[in-house]
Amino acid sequence: MIQTTPSPLVGQAVARQRSAAVAKPSLGKTLKQHWLLYVMLIPALTLLLLFSFYPMLGITIAFLDFKPTRGFGGSEFVGLENFVEIFTMREAWPLFRNTVFIAVGKMFFGTVVSLVFALMVHEVFSKGFKRVVQTMTTLPHFLSWVIIGGVMVQVLASAGPLNNIITSITGGKPVKFLGDPAIFPWTVIISETWKEFGFGAVIYLAALTGINPELYEAAAVDGAGRYNRLRSITLPSISSIIILLLCLNLGNVLNAGFEQLLILSNPIVYSTGDIIDTWVYRRGLVQSEYSLSTALGLVKSTVGFGLILLSYYLAGKFANYRIF
Amino acid sequence: MVRDRSLSYRIVDWILYAMLAIMALSCLLPFWHLLAKSFSNRQSVMADVVSLWPIGFNIENYAYILNDRQFLGSFAVSTIRVVLGVVLTLFITVITAYPLSRDRIHMPGRTFIKVLLLIGMLFSAGLIPYFLAIRNLGLYNNFMVLVIPGALSIFNIIVVMNFFRGIPVELEEAALLDGASHLDILFRVFIPVSLPVLATVTLFTAVGHWNAWFDGIVFLSKSESWPLQSFMYTVVTSRMLEWQTSNIGGSSQNAAQAAQSFMNATPQGLVAAMIFIASFPIICVYPFLQRYFVTGLTIGSVKG
Repeated sequence: MIQTTPSPLVGQAVARQRSAAVAKPSLGKTLKQHWLLYVMLIPALTLLLLFSFYPMLGITIAFLDFKPTRGFGGSEFVGLENFVEIFTMREAWPLFRNTVFIAVGKMFFGTVVSLVFALMVHEVFSKGFKRVVQTMTTLPHFLSWVIIGGVMVQVLASAGPLNNIITSITGGKPVKFLGDPAIFPWTVIISETWKEFGFGAVIYLAALTGINPELYEAAAVDGAGRYNRLRSITLPSISSIIILLLCLNLGNVLNAGFEQLLILSNPIVYSTGDIIDTWVYRRGLVQSEYSLSTALGLVKSTVGFGLILLSYYLAGKFANYRIF
Repeated sequence: MVRDRSLSYRIVDWILYAMLAIMALSCLLPFWHLLAKSFSNRQSVMADVVSLWPIGFNIENYAYILNDRQFLGSFAVSTIRVVLGVVLTLFITVITAYPLSRDRIHMPGRTFIKVLLLIGMLFSAGLIPYFLAIRNLGLYNNFMVLVIPGALSIFNIIVVMNFFRGIPVELEEAALLDGASHLDILFRVFIPVSLPVLATVTLFTAVGHWNAWFDGIVFLSKSESWPLQSFMYTVVTSRMLEWQTSNIGGSSQNAAQAAQSFMNATPQGLVAAMIFIASFPIICVYPFLQRYFVTGLTIGSVKG
């Protein structure tokens, strides 16, 4: 069964107590006594410098007409030209629309299905059944999109098992899950929801198992039925986690799922299934249009960064969340 | 949960059990279907008659894979990657989390370092600048590109740091009386009491490394040095292109190349067998991860 930790609140309270006791000796004294603490940070800071901050210098190519053969110095400076081109190109609006549609669809269905699933698991009595169901539903989360994509191609094929069921019920044509622009975004949203709902429910279930069973017993004595217990005990006790996760979701509005779409997307469905990330990959790394794709990548990173900060701010405000 | 004996209560119960069973089976049956295909003969797979039980049972596909040098080589690359990656990530995580967790010691610059780490976690320069940086650092076509950049997992550092913070002060005070240094405290006091959270980090890192494929296809140009999942990417996307026989433009260079080399090869049953072998290590490990899910999740993302 799932192991719950002693409340994280306890850890935080201890941490606060500790910081209250900090004395402030001089820097020299700290260095002499605790130099090892700084040494321990060297590997992490080196990696941070090399793989997070050093690449940021490369952002300059968004402002150049970058030619790899000429390098940074030799390429012509074009100011905001690349950005103008990005915002005025034909694919600009569809890319943005596809990205946000798929991302928001995933958040909505992911949250609803995980939550309902968790509440259902919480309601049933048999512990063994719960464990089996949870083990089965978390399996897809741990497999890569490559594997899931390989499974989907076979299961969703026009002569595959799912279409066999559909055609035998409706008698109509097989559904082109991966080859019809009108259906493709839904295939993406639902497959992600299917892959992640079991794992997404874990965090709700952790909160649900923390509810004091005496509350339910007392409510039952007072004559509260299943619905009333759900409404007045279960839901209020996980509302703060729901709010927290909703806030944190905000940071992902531009993340439609790069790896998933790199696997599932194909030229037939680009009109509805091409997202910012896959476009940047294709135009940048495959077709070597460095400057243009860097510019779009930069726009996405910047807006995404703002959204994450906003989501943390909201999570701190409404759910008392602090990251460090 | 309170049990009720009334009829309506029991009917709802049965509906719940049935719906949960359907949801659980929906997660299992697709994999089961592929497993059945992988053990079926080629004709019945091509005729799409296999559903949940092998038809014309044989192990030809598995025998073929065991002689496929590319597959076995990639399996080896993945294994080495997991071992090296886990060791390195765990080391960096622990020695970084320790100084950051010691709030009681006045340490000028700690907040600044935390902010730097946070920026590194939340803002990325984007794919193209990252690619160019990796190339300039000499990691292009270098196996270590699969291990080194990912060794700094800021999320894991936060998880472990928060766990360290919760360790009772008395434990280290006892050690300090014996004249222990920071290394003693870390390795003799902190790490032994943090085994559950370190196990979580280890297992999630291992799964992440086993599943990673994008870095392979982008940073390694020779398919012989690819990890298994990168190789599987070409197998899967080639199947996808083959399946959509119209419009073979190729969604990427790799896929187009792969389409050529796999157009006539890799029948469905064989792909199914490869998929099963590639996910087998995960299938073996993940049920044991379950008990640690919550440890990692609650400390990492829901604090207070």
